[in-house]
Amino acid sequence: MKVTIVGAGPAGLYLGILLRTADPANEITILERNAPDATFGWGVVFSEETLGALRDADYPTYLEITDTFARWDAIDIHYQGESLRSRGHGFSAIARRRLLAILQRRCAELDVVLRFGVEVDDVAALAAETDVLVGADGVNSVVRRADESTFGASVTPQGCKYVWFGTDLVLDAFTFIFRETEHGLFQVHAYPFDENTSTFIVECPEHVWRRAGLDTMTEQESIAFCQDLFADELGGHTLMSNKSVWLDFPLVRNRLWHSANQAGNTVLIGDAAHTAHFTIGSGTKLAMEDSIVLAQAFVRHPASIESALVDYELERSPTVERFQQAAGQSAEYFRRVGRHTHLEPVRFAFNLLTRSGRITHASLSVRDPKTVATLDSSFAGGRAVTPPPMFAPLELRDVRLTNRAVHQVSTVDKIAGAADTGVGLVLVGPVAVSAEGRITPESSTVDSLRPTTGATVGVLLSHAGRRGATRPPTQGVDLPLPADQAWPLLAPSTLPYTPGSAVPKAMDADDMASVRTAFADAARKAAAAGLDLALLDLAQGHLLASFLSPLTNKRDDEYGGSPEARLRYPLEVLAAVREVWPEDRPLGIRLTVADWARGGLTEDDGVSMAERFAEAGVDLIQISAGHTVPNSQPEYRRGYLTALADRVRNEARVTTLVGGYLTTADEVNTIIGAGRADLCVLEGPC
Amino acid sequence: MRIGIGLPNTTPGADGTLLLEWARRADAGPFSSVAVLDRLVYDSIEPFAALSAAAAITSRVRLATMIAIGPLRGAAMLAKQAEAVNTLSGNRFTLGLAVGARRDDYTAAGVDHRTRGATLSEQLAYLRGRGTDGMQVLVGGSSGPALQRMARYADGYAHGGGPPRAFASAATKARAAWSDLGRPGEPALWGQGYFALGDTERGTDYLRDYYSFTGPFATQIAAGNLTTARAIKDFVRGYADAGCEELILLPTVSDIHEVERLAEVLD
Ligand SMILES: Cc1cc2nc3c(=O)[nH]c(=O)nc-3n(C[C@H](O)[C@H](O)[C@H](O)COP(=O)(O)OP(=O)(O)OC[C@H]3O[C@@H](n4cnc5c(N)ncnc54)[C@H](O)[C@@H]3O)c2cc1C
Repeated sequence: MKVTIVGAGPAGLYLGILLRTADPANEITILERNAPDATFGWGVVFSEETLGALRDADYPTYLEITDTFARWDAIDIHYQGESLRSRGHGFSAIARRRLLAILQRRCAELDVVLRFGVEVDDVAALAAETDVLVGADGVNSVVRRADESTFGASVTPQGCKYVWFGTDLVLDAFTFIFRETEHGLFQVHAYPFDENTSTFIVECPEHVWRRAGLDTMTEQESIAFCQDLFADELGGHTLMSNKSVWLDFPLVRNRLWHSANQAGNTVLIGDAAHTAHFTIGSGTKLAMEDSIVLAQAFVRHPASIESALVDYELERSPTVERFQQAAGQSAEYFRRVGRHTHLEPVRFAFNLLTRSGRITHASLSVRDPKTVATLDSSFAGGRAVTPPPMFAPLELRDVRLTNRAVHQVSTVDKIAGAADTGVGLVLVGPVAVSAEGRITPESSTVDSLRPTTGATVGVLLSHAGRRGATRPPTQGVDLPLPADQAWPLLAPSTLPYTPGSAVPKAMDADDMASVRTAFADAARKAAAAGLDLALLDLAQGHLLASFLSPLTNKRDDEYGGSPEARLRYPLEVLAAVREVWPEDRPLGIRLTVADWARGGLTEDDGVSMAERFAEAGVDLIQISAGHTVPNSQPEYRRGYLTALADRVRNEARVTTLVGGYLTTADEVNTIIGAGRADLCVLEGPC
Repeated sequence: MRIGIGLPNTTPGADGTLLLEWARRADAGPFSSVAVLDRLVYDSIEPFAALSAAAAITSRVRLATMIAIGPLRGAAMLAKQAEAVNTLSGNRFTLGLAVGARRDDYTAAGVDHRTRGATLSEQLAYLRGRGTDGMQVLVGGSSGPALQRMARYADGYAHGGGPPRAFASAATKARAAWSDLGRPGEPALWGQGYFALGDTERGTDYLRDYYSFTGPFATQIAAGNLTTARAIKDFVRGYADAGCEELILLPTVSDIHEVERLAEVLD
């Protein structure tokens, strides 16, 4: 088989090696635009699990690579003048230059033809002359760009600026530094890779970068700026540049990684096919694993190149997708890390370590029991022997929840059963403030509330608005009752929820007064029935939520139009309830933080609204999203609301309750421990 | 986990005789259901007609569309056809619905492809509004809106195929959607996969042809064809572990012996 590889990065060189060792009859040519020793970047990190794959794939290079490794197991987090060390992480790193030299030598030994100084531009011509053309030409791959539509390529900048320096400061840990400046927050990702040098990547949001004037500085000036900024940590050591310019990290995705047509067989590997944000340090590993799997696929399918390419893609894409998901979360974390700087150091550190979902409370407690013990005890006034965060009590006004797990039940008759599970809070609802506010004929109304002993119980007080008068949810939701059983619906505007739903009446002044009174009366009844906590339902497209969103509130009076006007009625209802709700008991809201629909409320809108409600004195916000309109665009997965909770809690600085399909104690411990929320709805049989 | 078998209503060369004999043997065999696919612009037997015929000569198995492309039919007609199969089979019918994947099916049916999602939602609202008790309804599709539609209107989720881990991840999403919509209990979870145990090459060729409209993905789908006893067993175990309730194994060749071959593997 004749294979032409564009790009002599780790992916291309390693593939050359593996194809030759698999079958010496393979003719391999690698074309590289640069000289053999011209390379960007400093050191790259490998994880332990990658090393096993390298050992099995080609033992001689594995030996050479691991011989030169810098190895360490600690992560240091410098933050607010404190430094916290987490252990047990198992890193190794190597200079990119050295890695490439090892791979180049091995290629030469195996008679892979290496041609340096060749810049490829005519991809089609190249493809026509070979059995397989491999695009191993990195982020800006010409091979990919030559056939972008077949590959279904997308390239999206990730929103921060970064620069890749080296330093002669030799670190003994993966080091994160967070530095607050007058321009905003800067962060450093630094790690050792040989006996004299460390990688030192500086990153900040683009607006911070501009404010600091870095957009107009020369390379020398920006080195000086960074050296000055991190003078304490560098301790007299210098930063070194190697074509170190400020860049955007692009997220590269391709719907397909290969194309097989008359023009020939083309396949993408490494960064050309997919990138994973550098903050999870996996790009080189993914690139080399691609090469391993592709080489194996050719062995498995000697008769059909196309089958081999399909096999490669099928095997690699789920793994890569997982890494890209984690990398996306990590990139997002660093883009917004500024909001976390009020967290106490150990929680800040735990939030950082668990940012991409790959480390959890349970897995960290195996790797690094000490950090986890410190975290856990931070929830218990520093006591040494403490249960994990889920079991930390929480005080809201004079109400004490014994733990952070919440069970949400739909009707009053299920409270007792839920209370027996031992959760810190049983939340019942939506409970209708009046008969007209019910979702279905079976919905509980506030009159059915009774005192519960032995449990803390909260109530979600609701008016269903235009989602009312529907059938019970056993057959489906939003199915209108037959006309003879239905009751009239109220909403800010006369828009039915689904095309088949009844048309609601647009509320006039009398309706607004009576619903406001209904909420206040309901709160009084709930208080009298001994409920410990009340939430007003400003979510799920129900009545009060419909006032908030421009999709559902088309009013032209003082309750519609601007964001402030749309907030007015819900705030009035809140004030009326606060007046009658006992001072010593907490009052909160369930809030739609984002509509997840075009033209609707965005996350930013949601965070601003949360701020307004926090100012208005709510003690707790339950995070909700979507359902303002029936055809919203949710992205379901475990914990799909957690990122929103994190924003609301840490930007609007308010106590939050979050669900979003959390089913394990580990998820709850991780969320609470990292300060992404204060309480979690735990799904489960009850 | 229960296991059902597909009827050959879209495989090349399948005729009425084969389809009926297939259904008869499946009814006698270890299978819990027989299921059909739906494609308008492809040589195939219309799914509701196929299941009506199967209803007449079976007495035990469930009959399912896996899936029928809802929007190709008007809501009232769809409901009529579904209720007919359910009545003819004595309440043994499971109606799986989704928007399908082919634009040309829509063109041929004279239906707007752009609004297919909204149309399917309206159809489901219509079906459910009639109080179709006793007829199980499943909805397929992997996007957030599709899962939301499933949780709003259906009894469960019809997965479109793929390796067990793809099913597992879709099942988690389906459960999350179910809980998001406040539905009590759990959604029913159905999965499917293709197999060929006799002339495996022919089966794989058929898949490549059937999915040729997906371009290069056809090869990927064809590569997933289960062609050995081992592959089927692994697949079945993987789906069971992932919480699948009913797994449909769909034939790719019109060969009546495929029924026994599959039964033997599952034994
Ligand atoms: C700041 C930063 C830090 C990183 N840190 C890590 C880390 O710690 N760990 C890790 O695993 N990964 C890390 N990565 C990612 C890693 O650098 C890449 O994922 C990896 O290099 C990808 O390998 P590749 O072979 O696919 O592409 P590349 O290494 O980019 O190689 C592509 C090669 O193709 C050549 N080429 C391009 N176009 C042409 C053309 N037209 N003709 C001929 N030749 C061409 C280029 O000159 C280059 O040599 C980091 C990336 C960045 C940006």
